[in-house]
Amino acid sequence: METQEKTIEQKAVQAKEKFEPRIVGFLCNWCAYSGADLAGVSRLQSSPNIRIIRTMCSGRVDPAMILRAFELGADGVLIAGCHFGDCHYLEGNFKTMRRIELLKMVLKRFGIDEKRLRLEWISASEAEKYARVSFEFTEQIREMGPLQLQTN
Amino acid sequence: MPKPKLALYWAASCGGCEIAVLDIEEKILDVAAFFDIVFWPCAMDFKYADVEAMEDQEIDITLFNGAIRTSENEHLAKLLRRKSKILIAFGSCAHEGCIPGLSNFYDAKSTFEYVYREAPSLEEGSRGVYPQPKTAVAEGEIEIPEFWNTVKPLDQVVEVDYTIPGCPPQSFQIAAVIEAVIDILKTGKALPPQGAILGAGDKTCCDECPRVRREKKIKEFFRPHEIIPKEDECLLDQGILCLGPATRSGCGALCVKANVPCRGCYGSPPNVHDQGAKMVSALSSVIDATTPEEARKIMEKIADPLGTLYRFSLARSTFRRVQMGNGKNS
Repeated sequence: METQEKTIEQKAVQAKEKFEPRIVGFLCNWCAYSGADLAGVSRLQSSPNIRIIRTMCSGRVDPAMILRAFELGADGVLIAGCHFGDCHYLEGNFKTMRRIELLKMVLKRFGIDEKRLRLEWISASEAEKYARVSFEFTEQIREMGPLQLQTN
Repeated sequence: MPKPKLALYWAASCGGCEIAVLDIEEKILDVAAFFDIVFWPCAMDFKYADVEAMEDQEIDITLFNGAIRTSENEHLAKLLRRKSKILIAFGSCAHEGCIPGLSNFYDAKSTFEYVYREAPSLEEGSRGVYPQPKTAVAEGEIEIPEFWNTVKPLDQVVEVDYTIPGCPPQSFQIAAVIEAVIDILKTGKALPPQGAILGAGDKTCCDECPRVRREKKIKEFFRPHEIIPKEDECLLDQGILCLGPATRSGCGALCVKANVPCRGCYGSPPNVHDQGAKMVSALSSVIDATTPEEARKIMEKIADPLGTLYRFSLARSTFRRVQMGNGKNS
């Protein structure tokens, strides 16, 4: 019994040491996704911890999708869209901005660090910015540790 | 043909659902005439032992209101599930936790700490006296139910066949459901598909609201006491936080017709997983701000965002409860 407990403890320590953040990135088709694509084409390294999901607009990302990502095990969620004025759908990104602001207020009250949710504006030419943000965010989440949700 | 057997039970609830059942007025006589009521602690004298003595699936229909808060609630939920052919989550508490679910802001320890130690109304002698699950008295040991950390809706504990939403479900909707059930049992018609929501619409509260809606641009939110709302204009247009856009129809827009914003008791509309998140989405679309600072300034006037957006559905939300350890639960 004691050894078993010890193994569990050791595993927990190992898991903490080896913690690789799982981050879901919702990237808009017209700017941020193209920016990430350009980073790849330009052979700029970006963080492999970010699982990218391409959406047509950052404004398409429903808050429920962000909460669901956290529920299913994401330690962080990155939303990236066009700079203000660049939105392919004119003002989708303004809606995103307001949505994330309000969702952060809600997340905070849910007892979840609002810094686990990050919003960035990345244009199609800003491959370097995507690469920088991806590493910055990964390291930030690594420091914060895994998100462990309590359901009981 | 023997009469079909009906049971009604209340778990963590306020009793409003029981009153709503009686509010169907003279139709309650049809219920009594058609059904054999075998268990209804609120209105008739039955003991838990009576239910335990029944055969499995002996009860045809159980209307279960109230959330699962204690070991007693959970025991009865499991017992009634076993004894019933059809288990219906009746009312918002059984459906999504409702107001008892708001105690998911805290856990058992902090709730007890406040109620039995810090509450200003406690008498000095009783301060710090906590209820114990088991107490020895002269006649032997007595037990009270254990208090769980988290309030759960019924379907997080047992399988639920149907749900009747609302806090409480509107009496005309209850009457309609009962009529339909009697009809089904009499004629042998097919039951609705399992998991169906009964006694409600499949649109949003806005669909039933008679108020005039315009292009929404909210510059400022008002709490109900800060404004006298115009009677024919959309409340949300006027800056009063109304949950109509993210709430299922079925109540007949009762609150908004009384100049009071919808609080969301009928739960989320079809295909919505998280009512509060949907409302975040709806509000963000109509707040008139182009910079984060401006948006924050407007949103800060929303008092208690979590309690407001999830007033009835916190226990059913994606996270089910507030995370006590800031998401570091080890």
